Amino acid sequence: MNYIEHIGKYFTMLGQVFKRPQKMRIFKEALFRELDDLGNKSLGISAFIAFFVGGVVAIQTALNVDNPMIPKYLIGFATKRSIILEFAPTFVSVILAGKVGSFITSSIGTMRVTEQIDALEVMGINSLNHLVLPKILATVFFYPFIISISMFLGILGGYVAGMLTGLFSTVDYIDGIQLEFNPYFVKYALIKTMVFAFVIATIPSYHGYYVKGGALEVGRASTQAVVWTSVVIIVLNYFLTQILLS
Amino acid sequence: MIEVKNIHKSFGDAHILKGISAVFEKGKTSLIIGQSGSGKTVFIKTLLGLFQPEEGDICYDGINYRSMSTDQRRDLRKQIGMVFQGSALFDSATVAENVMFPLKMFTEQPLSEMLDRVNSVLKRVDLVNANDKYPAELSGGMQKRVAIARAIVMNPKYLFCDEPNSGLDPRTAILIDNLIQEITDEYNITTVINTHDMNSVMEIGEKIVFLRNGLKEWDGTNNEIFITENKAVTDFVYSSELFKKVRKAYLLEREGKI
Repeated sequence: MNYIEHIGKYFTMLGQVFKRPQKMRIFKEALFRELDDLGNKSLGISAFIAFFVGGVVAIQTALNVDNPMIPKYLIGFATKRSIILEFAPTFVSVILAGKVGSFITSSIGTMRVTEQIDALEVMGINSLNHLVLPKILATVFFYPFIISISMFLGILGGYVAGMLTGLFSTVDYIDGIQLEFNPYFVKYALIKTMVFAFVIATIPSYHGYYVKGGALEVGRASTQAVVWTSVVIIVLNYFLTQILLS
Repeated sequence: MIEVKNIHKSFGDAHILKGISAVFEKGKTSLIIGQSGSGKTVFIKTLLGLFQPEEGDICYDGINYRSMSTDQRRDLRKQIGMVFQGSALFDSATVAENVMFPLKMFTEQPLSEMLDRVNSVLKRVDLVNANDKYPAELSGGMQKRVAIARAIVMNPKYLFCDEPNSGLDPRTAILIDNLIQEITDEYNITTVINTHDMNSVMEIGEKIVFLRNGLKEWDGTNNEIFITENKAVTDFVYSSELFKKVRKAYLLEREGKI
């Protein structure tokens, strides 16, 4: 199957996904389960990565700012900008593409090869709507929350790195992060996050839903899903940045 | 009653079903038999609407599936119970949740009523004290019982089973066959079973359809299968020495020679 066919099939799938749920009670149960599986359980790894990446960004910036003419508060300023604009939304989303994407593909793929999806269809249930829509809503509405926490922890990581290494003072760092705060950058980051979240939920769902074969094919589909999700995130990141910031 | 007329189904260049016609009567257990690759699973999945045939008609109690509206098809699906080859139980749900799922999806019953119904069907399939277990904690035979319980919880008019006793020991396989037969009689439903288990053919084959290379080669009852002269059927059914001897003895007895 060529790329055009895959893209067509992906959008046809979305057409089935965005339908009114057949039973609201079941849908709400599924949504809360997905919020826990895809959102809550991703919080720990996102926080951990954001904190350390923040520290690394601050240290690297400090090491590159060795000219005495450049004020030290720019380390905090640069760290804040890098984390809000890029590291939190994009870096964490790529990490989530790996963690959540493989989970989504393998869980839906296993349902496919063990005929659980056929069982839903035989019952007269729109399986795509039943399985994928709660995942989309859970990621699109929960990931901005994860990324906001990641932004805070990334900046905090830079602060802690300054304290531990002594490369810059915490006073300068705090001055830097308070300098020229632009709320639009946070908005830009959260818009990006929501788009990435949609991609993280739908591309792995597509790969899992249409898998054929057995365990080996489910494994291959998971790998493919993570690769394609990451590629699409990186490409969309470029276009979104151009559209929203230029 | 389900009436199938001249069904054709292909996947790419592979023509799997080449014009099959059959009638599956209400209150009877009908078996579809045939070698692996003969088109049994594609046939049953086409009957269920999981595959769309390129040609031919499927009528459920006289109503053509093709002419049904989306709502009619959805209503029909609620009247269908299906037992999949691998049971197809939802891994993340307990036994009770699996059986309750169709009730939660399609009825407005209060939880207590749904639980009563779940307990009643689980009792019917002789599965008690397993409500809180997950499918992975059950044996193959128990999983099949849960799948049957889930299939009958909505009081279906049609029951489909895809190799319901594959992977089971002979004793459990016979118990599952008998259970399906009893449920068919009790609920007066149209049951279609896809199998290549000869014990099932002898035990519960009120009507047998033999498929070969995507075509209906023969149909009849489990008594007629003993006396048929169709070579493809006899080669398939009496492929083991034991069954060859059984058939020989039956024919000799029938002719009064023993």
